[in-house]
Amino acid sequence: MLQLVTFSTLNGVLYGMLLFMMASGLTLIFSMMGVLNFAHASFYMIGAYFGFEISRRIGFWPAFFIAPVLVGLVGALVERFGLRRVHKFGHVAELLFTFGLAFVIEELVQMIWGKLPVDYRVPPSLDFVAFRLFDTTYPAYRMFMLAVAVAMFVFLLLVLKRTRVGLIIQAALTHPGMVAMLGHDVPTVFMSVFGVGAALAGLAGVIAGPALVTQPAMAALLGPILFVVVVVGGLGSLAGAFVASLLIGLIQTFAVAINLSMGDVFGPAVANAFGDLGRVTVAQIAPIIPYLLLVLVLIFKPTGLFGNRES
Amino acid sequence: MTPALSLQDVRKNFGPTEIIRGLTLDVMPRERHAIIGPNGAGKSTTFHLISGRIKPSSGSIRLNGAEITGMAPYEINRRGLSRSFQVTNIFPRLSVFENVRCGVLWSLGYRYSFWRFVDKLRDANEKAHAIVEEIGLGARRHAPAGILTYAEQRALEIGVTIAGGADVVMLDEPTAGMSKAETEQAVALIRKISEGRTLVMVEHDMSVVFGLADRISVLVYGQIIASDTPQAIRQNKAVREAYLGEEAH
Amino acid sequence: MSTGVKHFIAFAALAIILIALPKVFVSGSAHTMMSLMGIMIIFALSYNILLGQTGLLSFGHAVYYGLAGFCVAHAMNYIAREKIGVPLPFIPLIGAFAGLFFGALFGLISTRRAGTVFSMISLGIGELVASSALILRSFFGGEEGIPTNRTKFPPFFGYKFGPQIEVYYLIAFWCFVCIALMYALTRTPFGRMCNAVRDNPERAEFVGYSTQRVRFIAFVFSAIFAGVAGALATINFELMNSQSLGAGQSGLVLLMTYVGGVGHFIGPIIGGVIITFLQISLSDITKAWMLYFGLMFILVVMFSPGGVAGWLALHQPLLKGGRIFRLIPAYALALVPMAMLAAGLIMTIELAHRMLVDAQSDGSVMKLAGWTVDAAKAQPWMLAIGLLVCGALGLKLAWPKVREAFAAQSAEVAQ
Repeated sequence: MLQLVTFSTLNGVLYGMLLFMMASGLTLIFSMMGVLNFAHASFYMIGAYFGFEISRRIGFWPAFFIAPVLVGLVGALVERFGLRRVHKFGHVAELLFTFGLAFVIEELVQMIWGKLPVDYRVPPSLDFVAFRLFDTTYPAYRMFMLAVAVAMFVFLLLVLKRTRVGLIIQAALTHPGMVAMLGHDVPTVFMSVFGVGAALAGLAGVIAGPALVTQPAMAALLGPILFVVVVVGGLGSLAGAFVASLLIGLIQTFAVAINLSMGDVFGPAVANAFGDLGRVTVAQIAPIIPYLLLVLVLIFKPTGLFGNRES
Repeated sequence: MTPALSLQDVRKNFGPTEIIRGLTLDVMPRERHAIIGPNGAGKSTTFHLISGRIKPSSGSIRLNGAEITGMAPYEINRRGLSRSFQVTNIFPRLSVFENVRCGVLWSLGYRYSFWRFVDKLRDANEKAHAIVEEIGLGARRHAPAGILTYAEQRALEIGVTIAGGADVVMLDEPTAGMSKAETEQAVALIRKISEGRTLVMVEHDMSVVFGLADRISVLVYGQIIASDTPQAIRQNKAVREAYLGEEAH
Repeated sequence: MSTGVKHFIAFAALAIILIALPKVFVSGSAHTMMSLMGIMIIFALSYNILLGQTGLLSFGHAVYYGLAGFCVAHAMNYIAREKIGVPLPFIPLIGAFAGLFFGALFGLISTRRAGTVFSMISLGIGELVASSALILRSFFGGEEGIPTNRTKFPPFFGYKFGPQIEVYYLIAFWCFVCIALMYALTRTPFGRMCNAVRDNPERAEFVGYSTQRVRFIAFVFSAIFAGVAGALATINFELMNSQSLGAGQSGLVLLMTYVGGVGHFIGPIIGGVIITFLQISLSDITKAWMLYFGLMFILVVMFSPGGVAGWLALHQPLLKGGRIFRLIPAYALALVPMAMLAAGLIMTIELAHRMLVDAQSDGSVMKLAGWTVDAAKAQPWMLAIGLLVCGALGLKLAWPKVREAFAAQSAEVAQ
């Protein structure tokens, strides 16, 4: 039991931090530009595939640094030549544009790398056991992922609290629409924010690719959960996104580990009374738990845990 | 007589700053009441508090004697209070006529009705038609509201506001940004539509205020420092010091 | 002409078209396609109650189509088993009730918020239902879905609805009814307030309307009509499976509605017809058809946000003014680079697809519009890229002329 709790906590925090790497970029883009980037998880996927392609040619470590930069560039190009054009048609058009983009990216990835998962492996330099606890080993690569995610978190915190850019971003978070008043070159600011957000998602993809599965569906699988995170946390709130990321990371990891059904707990009579619902295990419903959480949060606090904005 | 609108010690703070600091005000039925005051005094905030756009931190607001504090805008509107906006706030893709008709529908009891054709509602259409004529936009009836000129949009703003037949009408800077000729037209329109109604308005143009208002309240730093007839306000020493002195040059 | 007469003529024309179409396109595959078009028209129009009329962008509209479809599949099996004397043409009403029920249930949650948050909630509920469908196997039938049989019903005026043509007329009837009802809905006080809430939710609150209530009612109506569409789909395919309530189907209805045009009532009808046609015919021609759909969607969002209907409406004054033919030279001029651009793009995609996907199994030689081409050679690629570059440059030169011509003719008409 203690073993399960320890490892699930560790994995849950890891998954949560990974979610936050993407949710933070998504939140920053939304706060400053008013666009909820539907294609954000697609940048994560591109990151994983770029990582795979570069590591098999020149190694994992160059990929670790190059791939996020490339993804950031792709993001900046998307903003410059796509999003900026639809900006004048309003937020619905912007959301629709990124929706179409996510679709096209998935199709392109399928075309270039195939429908099956690619063989993106943990690099040999990180392929060892980090520690052993209650007879179970924990891979070093996961510790590395956690370290990267935490480092990124600290970096983001420092940028926000200690730099001029951070001040502008904070101003934008609390008073959306004020960035323009500050006299900055708004189109360039937008392009940079979008690019950096995409690069963060790309970095998450590079490090998550080997641990999870690098496949064309990875964006479609993760995207909706990402949106659950930002809505549950409260759209536009970084603190909310952080808490919601960890919450969902932990809940889902624990749920996967619990192989109990209502029938197991209350006996077969209950199981039969509820039909399918009585027989499914908690682990089986793990994929829908984030969405149940979303519904619950909306019933009791429609603005999200930390949100105060209406739309 | 019960005041049409009555505010008792209303307060509103945004974070640590108190914007409205114990505002007390009575507006009598059928009175044209103007609220004046320097920029940042809290005039627009007062309007938002009364009309339900924002909720007061404390205090009580009554409409015709009934408590409306903290109600949603639509609930307050259904009780007979209607307001216009400082920044034009209309339905840009609907036509002028349809803008006004949207303002008429609820008061005639059509609510969320989906079993009647809106074009067949004789009373709603006649009333909307009359209002469109009254605000002088008869010729522009079918134009989408979004393409009207500024002055036309301001007139439509007033039209939508009075369409529901509210007995308390609140106008937020109805002549802001208008030329002299346009302002004169607007004043004539306001005089006409406020007949038999209670009017509360915020206005910067002193000639408009002193020309229209029966009573004037002066709002400074979130408090009413005087509330009286135009004549008395002109003579009021505190007002002159706090406000009019600067304006009168 | 009064509006009443205009409407009568329009709906009479619609009825005649719906009746006459199978006589014009007589093949079995045409009947199958037209049946699907009828279903998709209802589905897309129901979606536009949200997006076009009320300004609510949903990413989970297929939930109501699919859930109603499953309810109808179970109901049909039950009715057939218990020999209850309900004829098949009344079955879509069950779909409508199912749509009403689930629309009200999920609408209570989703319509608490508007804007982007509404979109995200609709996405979340869509995922919730789609994932649940894979868990609750006895209701959703797992991967296979729930099969049913439409011929096990008492005959309706002698019709057993076995042949596709009879199903077509069943769908056409309901399509006509739903179009008429949804059009009527736009002309009610409620329909107008939907537009008001779309345009300016804040002001709608200040003329006495609860925007949340308006959103909720609109949501329920759209779910009812989506339910009818789902019921007809179950009858048509004699099967309902969990794909029909998933993200793909929700994306499809968004694509149809948006490409057709959200700003006009007729837009989703156009979109339903075009996209269904492309979906069926493109998937036979090219394996990369999903990519084409995605690109088409992005292009419409970027360059013609009013969709096909919006583009047509732009030309209506010119048509009335009798000056539309004056645009022909300018359009013809722009058409050449556009065609080059399209040909270059299609060629690039097809060549790339061949090399990346099929080359290992089937070799690099392929057929492109009748020609045999070797995708491994440089020439076809150079041609494709040449077409792209020339097309892009040509369009850049020609487009200002189109704008000029359009502005000039519009100005003349306005005078």
